[in-house]
Amino acid sequence: MIDQDFTNSLLAKHDYLSKISHADCLTLSCLPADWVDFAKFLNQEEAFELLVDLTAIDQGDTADIRFEVVAHFYSRIHHDYLRVHIDCLDNESPEVDSIASIYPAADWHEREAFDMFGIIFTGHPNLKRILMWDEYPYHPLRKEFPLAGIDTPLPAADVVEATGASVEPAPMMGGPFVSPGSGPMSDAEPRAKDESWTEQIEKPV
Amino acid sequence: MIANEVAYNGKVEGDVIVTKADAVINWIRKHSVWPMPMGLACCAIELMASAASRYDISRFGMEVMRFSPRQSDCMIVAGTVTYKMAEVVRRIYDQMGDPKWVVAMGACASTGGMYRSYAVMQGVDTIVPVDVYVSGCPPRPEALLDAMIKLQDKIGNESSVKNLKKRASAVAE
Ligand code: SF4
Repeated sequence: MIDQDFTNSLLAKHDYLSKISHADCLTLSCLPADWVDFAKFLNQEEAFELLVDLTAIDQGDTADIRFEVVAHFYSRIHHDYLRVHIDCLDNESPEVDSIASIYPAADWHEREAFDMFGIIFTGHPNLKRILMWDEYPYHPLRKEFPLAGIDTPLPAADVVEATGASVEPAPMMGGPFVSPGSGPMSDAEPRAKDESWTEQIEKPV
Repeated sequence: MIANEVAYNGKVEGDVIVTKADAVINWIRKHSVWPMPMGLACCAIELMASAASRYDISRFGMEVMRFSPRQSDCMIVAGTVTYKMAEVVRRIYDQMGDPKWVVAMGACASTGGMYRSYAVMQGVDTIVPVDVYVSGCPPRPEALLDAMIKLQDKIGNESSVKNLKKRASAVAE
């Protein structure tokens, strides 16, 4: 397990790190300029050889730092996880260095974060969308994007011609069903926010 | 005795059976439905279960699952149709030879199901004509079998000869 000595030595060795307090595992914030160096160090010197997850957080457009990339590592020597946050300094076109050359597992995870949040991973060998199709114009997990979706043409011209289909906002039918996220379990159950529009009720604009 | 002779008597008529062309064609078609398993999500597991020994879809003559659309005539859309996959579903449907039918298996394929979201097509009938919808999330294998039997009934009532002529004239034009 990671103990206080290990944490202190990490923080002493790298002045670009700072500790974020979290109940579960050791969580560090890393300056974006030193992210690749730190990943290399973790991989080669500290035996965190598994990249478990890499994703991003959108804090909303009122936040100073809107986008953060979050990576989870696991070490088979320490038997513990390590979480690293990297701030994207530019809120308009967030950018972070890619660690795909150090952790091959980061390749698809970075593509997903790019697809869903629009974060550019510089130095990525093949940064294109992984879930939505290439021509899709939005980044769906950004806060301003509505869950129901936005009218968008489908990519295949012949299918569109034959069927007239396109991406249409999904009817919410009483939903979305979201948990308030706090309070006792009985109140934390997902509830209908009732942003409903259906085939009968017009979609609010 | 007389009633039997009116219907069919092998001694009188020999090896000849008189019937309507539609009846024969539909009878042949409905007893050899070759499904195209368009398994896209969890419903596909139930589709597999219907084909396995416990539920045994072959009792009704539909066990020949073909993964080549050119050899199959009923597409079973089992699962969540995302917008990205929709194009592929339509293309595979186009590759199936006529006559062809579509079964939308489960809530997702029928209406988008619980996925009221930007990524999921709200019902596969947006892109292909559906003959039978099956409710459930997932439907039990019995429900799929029931749907397939309903589809057989539907095939049995089609006017194939008229459609044949229609298609022939369309090709000629
Ligand atoms: S209807 Fe239910 S079981 Fe079937 S694909 Fe959708 S979520 Fe899965």
